[in-house]
Amino acid sequence: MVVPIWIIFASSTHDNGTILSQGMQWGLGDQFIENYDRVLNQKGGFSQEITASSMLINSFIMAFGIATLTVLTSLMSAYTIVYFRFKLAVPIFWIIFLTLLVPLELRIMPSYQVVSNLGLVNTYTGLILPLSASAIATFFFRQFYKSVPDELLEAAKLDGANSWKFFIDFLVPLSKTMIAAMFIFMFVYGYSQYLWPLIMTTDEKYWTVVMGMKIIFQESYEGGNLPRVAERFAYIILSMIPPILVVVFLQRWFIKGLIQTEK
Amino acid sequence: MSFLELKNITKVYPNGTKAINETSLNIEYGEFMVFVGPSGCGKSTLLRMIAGLEDITEGEIDLDGKTINKIDPSERDVAMVFQNYALYPHMNVYKNLSYGLKNRGESKENIDNKVKEVAELLEIKEYLQRKPAQLSGGQRQRVAMGRAIVRNPKVFLFDEPLSNLDAKLRGQVRIEIKKLQQSMNVTSVFVTHDQVEAMTLGDRLAVINNGVIEQLGTPIEVYEKPASKFVGEFIGSPQMNFVNGAINNNNFESSSFKLNKDLNIDNASVVLGFRAEDLNLKEEGEISLTIDIIEKLGSDSIIYGRDKDGQSICYKESGNTKLEVGEIINISLDVDAVHIFDEKTGKRLN
Repeated sequence: MVVPIWIIFASSTHDNGTILSQGMQWGLGDQFIENYDRVLNQKGGFSQEITASSMLINSFIMAFGIATLTVLTSLMSAYTIVYFRFKLAVPIFWIIFLTLLVPLELRIMPSYQVVSNLGLVNTYTGLILPLSASAIATFFFRQFYKSVPDELLEAAKLDGANSWKFFIDFLVPLSKTMIAAMFIFMFVYGYSQYLWPLIMTTDEKYWTVVMGMKIIFQESYEGGNLPRVAERFAYIILSMIPPILVVVFLQRWFIKGLIQTEK
Repeated sequence: MSFLELKNITKVYPNGTKAINETSLNIEYGEFMVFVGPSGCGKSTLLRMIAGLEDITEGEIDLDGKTINKIDPSERDVAMVFQNYALYPHMNVYKNLSYGLKNRGESKENIDNKVKEVAELLEIKEYLQRKPAQLSGGQRQRVAMGRAIVRNPKVFLFDEPLSNLDAKLRGQVRIEIKKLQQSMNVTSVFVTHDQVEAMTLGDRLAVINNGVIEQLGTPIEVYEKPASKFVGEFIGSPQMNFVNGAINNNNFESSSFKLNKDLNIDNASVVLGFRAEDLNLKEEGEISLTIDIIEKLGSDSIIYGRDKDGQSICYKESGNTKLEVGEIINISLDVDAVHIFDEKTGKRLN
């Protein structure tokens, strides 16, 4: 896995001519700053108004929003299902579980219909909301809550914790590591979405990195210039950074949780 | 009026099981009450109803003159020590102790003082910054106690708090609990299935079986005058011996021996109960026993054997016995220490 990434990185530091005449490069070239500067700051797209950095930001917002909302909604829905023993809890859980069988791609037309009727086309909300409920995450947290001993809830009750406090003071801190894991998972899921943002956004302002990969620096094929391969490699490298950052940042929580068994 | 009163408490679970049946009980201020019984007898349910963790189907619980049926558990002014301690795993000891106080909205200094005081009392001061996972079983037990004490409740509730400790520690903690309860003079209810704990800790015992209190009394009363065959069987180690027989002309008769004592009971089919320590080795003893097993405990020896009918009987001798397995011995029964129970109802007759 490291070797291809290295080749892409090394190639991204050469100029286009070198890559086209000699193939992909193992060693570092001297065009690092120039290539990356062009990728980040040169305006492109049909309107010539978007840059890779703006797409990176869009993607980050979308992935971050999806991850945060998914974690929040599934934490709370799992809490409801496990601790509030209302009659329909079990059927509701299975309905949530069934949505696993219907991925976004399958329901993309009706989803688009709903979102466009709500007037959310070309908004961040429209990008985030339809993807931010996850049966897997709900299931995951439900299994964990079921393993929390009842005495803990009872002791908390005697200590004067109401249901909201029990959630915030107990379940959330106890599931910290799982929240971190789910966040990473959902961030990467949101970050790598292609079809949904492609359909949802007609305004280039909302383009995401994954969409851009296909579109950016394409104009070169039409003119007499060399294809801008080096920049595209640089773009690929840049697009990998946000998920890596998220993993690196949350890994501390992750490992902490592994060392200290909390339960 | 008593401090804690249970009036005709009934508990029926949604699936129809009747856990507690019309139980009434008065507990005085500062008293140490022990609920003892086999597992599934309803003792924990009763305790949890006092704590407010279980709804009361019928009846009323009054604490300090106030009916607490509908009061939220946190406002009942009771504190509970759980069997597995139920410490908050993600909080350190200090936070474990202070959480309840914090929820009551007490000031920071106030909380700090109380926690320090309790930590001092229970000698857990060094561990205040540790998490429960870093503590040993005994230390966790102390923290769990501390969490109850720090709230300064009207009633302590203990739900088999010693059953997770090893035997040696259990004995120590038992004594500590007793000392603590005496020095703080807090009304306490202690649930256990261990009759040694029950005998040693309680000012009074409530022996519970199948959701009803079979007998209520001081440990010695319960030991010396069990109200039913069940109580006799449950309290005391080794277990009470039972021999089936009948009363004929005020005298007990079984197929293998006869008791020469005027019992003043009408003729009936009965069960004779007697404890191992009420037997004496005697040439002319009325029971002849073939020894099966000898347990030497150092201070005592417990001898298990069978009488002529094959009825197993256990006999206790102090010190190290010279008897050997296979030997046939004659033992006599202290006729003043016998318990006669009705064969059908199990109720005490004498």
